[in-house]
Amino acid sequence: MTRTALRYLPLLLLALAWEVTARLNIVDTLALPPLSAVATAWADLIRDGELVDNGTASLYRGSVGLLLAVVGGGGLGIAMARWRLLDVFVNPLVELFYPLPKSALIPVTVLWLGFGDGSKILLIFLGCMIPVTIGAYNGARGADHALIWSARSMGASRLRMMWDVIMPSALPELLNGIRTALALAFILLVSSELIVSQQGFGYLIGYLGATGSYEGMYAVVLTVAFLGFAADRLYQLLMQRLLRWRE
Amino acid sequence: MARVEDHASLAAAQADIARDAARRLDVVFRSGAGIFSILVLLIAWEAFARSGRVTPFMLPPFSAVVERIYTDAAGGDLWINLGLTLYRSMAGFLIATFGGIALGTAMSRSRLAYWCFDPIISVGFPMPKIAFLPIIMLWLGLYDVSKISIVVFDAIFPVVTATLAGIASVEKELLWSARNMGANERQLMWQIVLPAALPQILTGLQVALPISLIVAIIAEMAMGGYGLGGAMMGASRFADSRGVFAGIVEIAIVGYVLIKAMALLRRRLLVWHQEATDQNMN
Repeated sequence: MTRTALRYLPLLLLALAWEVTARLNIVDTLALPPLSAVATAWADLIRDGELVDNGTASLYRGSVGLLLAVVGGGGLGIAMARWRLLDVFVNPLVELFYPLPKSALIPVTVLWLGFGDGSKILLIFLGCMIPVTIGAYNGARGADHALIWSARSMGASRLRMMWDVIMPSALPELLNGIRTALALAFILLVSSELIVSQQGFGYLIGYLGATGSYEGMYAVVLTVAFLGFAADRLYQLLMQRLLRWRE
Repeated sequence: MARVEDHASLAAAQADIARDAARRLDVVFRSGAGIFSILVLLIAWEAFARSGRVTPFMLPPFSAVVERIYTDAAGGDLWINLGLTLYRSMAGFLIATFGGIALGTAMSRSRLAYWCFDPIISVGFPMPKIAFLPIIMLWLGLYDVSKISIVVFDAIFPVVTATLAGIASVEKELLWSARNMGANERQLMWQIVLPAALPQILTGLQVALPISLIVAIIAEMAMGGYGLGGAMMGASRFADSRGVFAGIVEIAIVGYVLIKAMALLRRRLLVWHQEATDQNMN
């Protein structure tokens, strides 16, 4: 307990330094409102429901997009690892789209689906699919041939083989790919909402900034940052749990 | 006895040659299939756009997009936008590279520096730092400084963690023997520790490079003005879909070239490393 406290002490000191610099007017309080004022603004935003409403919209878009990417990308990756022909023809396309800076897709999805939920979900799906595909592909390709052969000789059906042999051996790399996708989903979500949106965390940040309520803007920024951090930590716990059998 | 061994080695050599030929054929087949797939994609794009099932606004034909890129290039706009985007992303990437390696090295050498920065790095790494963009705009304005700053802020984390991990994994025997041979701390750092950590550091840079590009483009989109991202956003506001698709193609090419160049640089810098010979072997 004391060790964790000692470990995270610098963060506390940072928060303290923030409060002090703002209180002593060392920097303009407009540019850096005191942390306590940010906390009050956060409580206000929660109370009038703005943070919750916009947050729900964001989390809905993010989770649907990510879920589609996991299902689509995972399926494609495993299929590519199993069927050589698919691999030969689809892999070049994956390699072509992998280096595409995903933020370039923001204006196109807006062009296609407008400013609402649809364009964000499509953006996150397209952006997050590639890392999941690559993870699933590398994982499934690394499946031990001896395991596949022995399962086959013991009369495993195709479906059983997929579920009992290929999936477990693909899991570690697949899960790593999804972790990358999770981080990317947050980035794409927030930035697309910042740039073009009428709802969501990013929209709220931009709106509060434009109307000059900087305490509120800081509060939402810190909320999003914390959610991204918490999502990654929770996902790591889930990963450990799912991979416990490997020990 | 000798004859048997000759035969055995001959058989092994033949098997090697056969395997090599098969691999070469596979490479040819794969690159052929790659070009084929990309061609099919482009032809399908063109045909679908011309079929009348979608409006040219939703999907302009590929040929029209190429024409647009050509006129942008001839008019000079493309080069201004390209230059600015490259300048912002690469300036941020380079600052993040040197800053990240320096910070990672300092953290691995000094317990105080480690204590100070470890929680910030481990909490900050998974955060969507792009959310801080409006704050950085508030502080630094809408110019290059704030665009480069957000790139650095986003790209430095993978460099620091990779440097830390790389230095931590340097073999103790290497350090002991270098010390035994009379290397001072400075030589130890530059001639042993950093080269031994280089593969992992480069992996960190390979993560940071696409982040730099993604973030630079987002910053340009959010703040407007020149640059590939700003040009795309402007085109999107004026419902100029050719401009939007031209932007995608341009940005895709930039990303592809940069990532390939980074992979090439890695191979160059690590010729001496196990990894390079591993690649030649298979």
